[in-house]
Amino acid sequence: MTNEAAARAPKTALVRTTALCKQYVQRGSFSRKKFAVEALSGVDLDIAPGCLTALVGGSGSGKSTLARCLAMLERPDSGEIWLEGESISVGNPQQAARLRPKIQLVFQDSAGALNPRFSAAEIIAEPLEIQRRESGPRLRERALELMEEVGLPPDWANRRPLEFSGGQRQRLAIARAIALQPAFLILDESLSGLDLSTQAQVLNLLLDLQSAHSLTYLLISHDLTLVGQIADFVAVMHQGKIVERGSRQQVLGSPQHAHTRKLVGSVQVLEAAFRTAQAGGGR
Amino acid sequence: MTPIFLSQTPQSVRCYLSNLEIPTISGTINQTCFAGDTVHVMHATLMPSHVLSMTGSPLLSIRDLTVKYWLGSGTAPAPALHKVDLDVWSGEIVGILGESGAGKSTLAAAILTMLPSGTESTGSLRFQGQQLQQLDESHCRTIRGAQIARIVQEPGLCLNPVMRVGDQIAEVVRAHSQHDRRLRKEQSEAMLREVGFSNVERVYKAYPHQLSGGELHRVAIAQALVCRPSLVIADEPTRSLDVTAQGEILNVLRETHRKFGSALVLITHNPALLAGFADRVVIMYAGRIVEEGPVAQVFRKPLHPYTQGLLRLFPNSGPRAGWKRLERLPAIPGTLTEADQFAPGCVFAPRCPARTAVCHTDSPVVEIQQDRRVSCFHHDE
Repeated sequence: MTNEAAARAPKTALVRTTALCKQYVQRGSFSRKKFAVEALSGVDLDIAPGCLTALVGGSGSGKSTLARCLAMLERPDSGEIWLEGESISVGNPQQAARLRPKIQLVFQDSAGALNPRFSAAEIIAEPLEIQRRESGPRLRERALELMEEVGLPPDWANRRPLEFSGGQRQRLAIARAIALQPAFLILDESLSGLDLSTQAQVLNLLLDLQSAHSLTYLLISHDLTLVGQIADFVAVMHQGKIVERGSRQQVLGSPQHAHTRKLVGSVQVLEAAFRTAQAGGGR
Repeated sequence: MTPIFLSQTPQSVRCYLSNLEIPTISGTINQTCFAGDTVHVMHATLMPSHVLSMTGSPLLSIRDLTVKYWLGSGTAPAPALHKVDLDVWSGEIVGILGESGAGKSTLAAAILTMLPSGTESTGSLRFQGQQLQQLDESHCRTIRGAQIARIVQEPGLCLNPVMRVGDQIAEVVRAHSQHDRRLRKEQSEAMLREVGFSNVERVYKAYPHQLSGGELHRVAIAQALVCRPSLVIADEPTRSLDVTAQGEILNVLRETHRKFGSALVLITHNPALLAGFADRVVIMYAGRIVEEGPVAQVFRKPLHPYTQGLLRLFPNSGPRAGWKRLERLPAIPGTLTEADQFAPGCVFAPRCPARTAVCHTDSPVVEIQQDRRVSCFHHDE
């Protein structure tokens, strides 16, 4: 591990999963035959506090299932998930209710994740209201503060989500996610639908928020160029397993697993072509 | 026998030779034919796509195209395209680059004569000498899919989920030819082979949900190319794919383009995809073309501040820099707002690092330098 990564290395993991398994049982469309899809088969993952851990892998590798398990939207078949040393996979409703606000999710499709009939302020205020953190006029005040924090003008508070652009909607979703002051934020392909410039702006916002609130991120992405710029740690998922994990420079700099090598290779090809063109070569 | 010089870009060839036919050839060439005369080509490593079938006029010629969307009574129409001029020559690859809201997809829809109702478009769109806007819908249908085809962005959503993908390719053939069922199937299978499937039998009979994301994209390409169109429009064809699958799809596009020689218009927001792929790049901002030129020239020395900003977005970390972590990412500050579009002056001025007083009052005109165009007052500073 390099010095830079060692400085960020965890004393203890904020989130830890041990031997996590999850199967989905599917039935054929016109037959009764059932078959199981193993989405997670024994996932061990440590997520260091205050760091950005990136989870990369192709589609169908189980990234989103892992995110849903971590966000307690899905119950794993076996294995355990620990948050700050407490198990969240044990079926204790009170404990789950207490821990749930600490973990928040930001989805890819911001248009689908925000209620189109709510105004921006109502969307941000909803979790505060449900968790009884704020009430009365203070509720709206807090929503406006959060809007300002994510770089949205507070006088847009009465606009509906569809009046915002894609990047602004994603900012709105981030404001809602940080409303409860979570410790852990899962970004499930949250930046994939955005163009490069907007992506960079939203990422800069996330980096600002990280230092302001000492947040821990799990960034799920298939975009290795993006991950290579900002991740502290990288975990590579393939067919329901973590096949490689370590610091960014370990995993991307000297990839061991064939799947990681293939991913890194593709980025190298892309970068080489771009640099050649910039140098005035190529076509 | 006349020796001639062929350069890397079709534009400069055009300067030397107008009204001449150059046959499209596969492979490396050093000899070719012009109007019956054998000519030696001085450039030995020309790629086939650079040897274009160049008649006197471009395949597609867009002039002064302005498109407005009417959003409802009482509101001003939203401008989507503003006086766009663009030529696409047979056999070339043109990349259209810009962020969301730049009008890239509207331009694609206009070329495909598929603008939604409630739009107002003025200007001219000539395809192979025909004025597209003057054609009636039934005539447009004979062109769409057969001569101008589109590679859909999300094949997972666009393909019919209850129809075998092979039949969906054959359906395109049926709409545009008199071939019988057997011939249609043969043609579709041949096309599936062209896009890189080795197990054509399985893919032909598969339903969309049985194929992976990358496979679906290849099916979409097969569907677009099966009638051998002369112009193919690919609107963000790799958006939802990971970097490996993205590379595969670009390779398929490159191979089929090399083989069939259709002109390809590739729409994207990622400049890296165009490097080493496209011949020419067109940069759009707020419905306008702000810069245009050969990819190698534009990428080496972008003239417009917006292009400079876009090219800076490509990470400076990455494999070559040893995966350095960035504290902040380079971004173009600000966003495109509606107010900017109606304000006088340059539409990019509010976000531009190089703006001066003149940018807020006057609109820059398009300046032409050889085969490049740029619309900025300060491009030569």
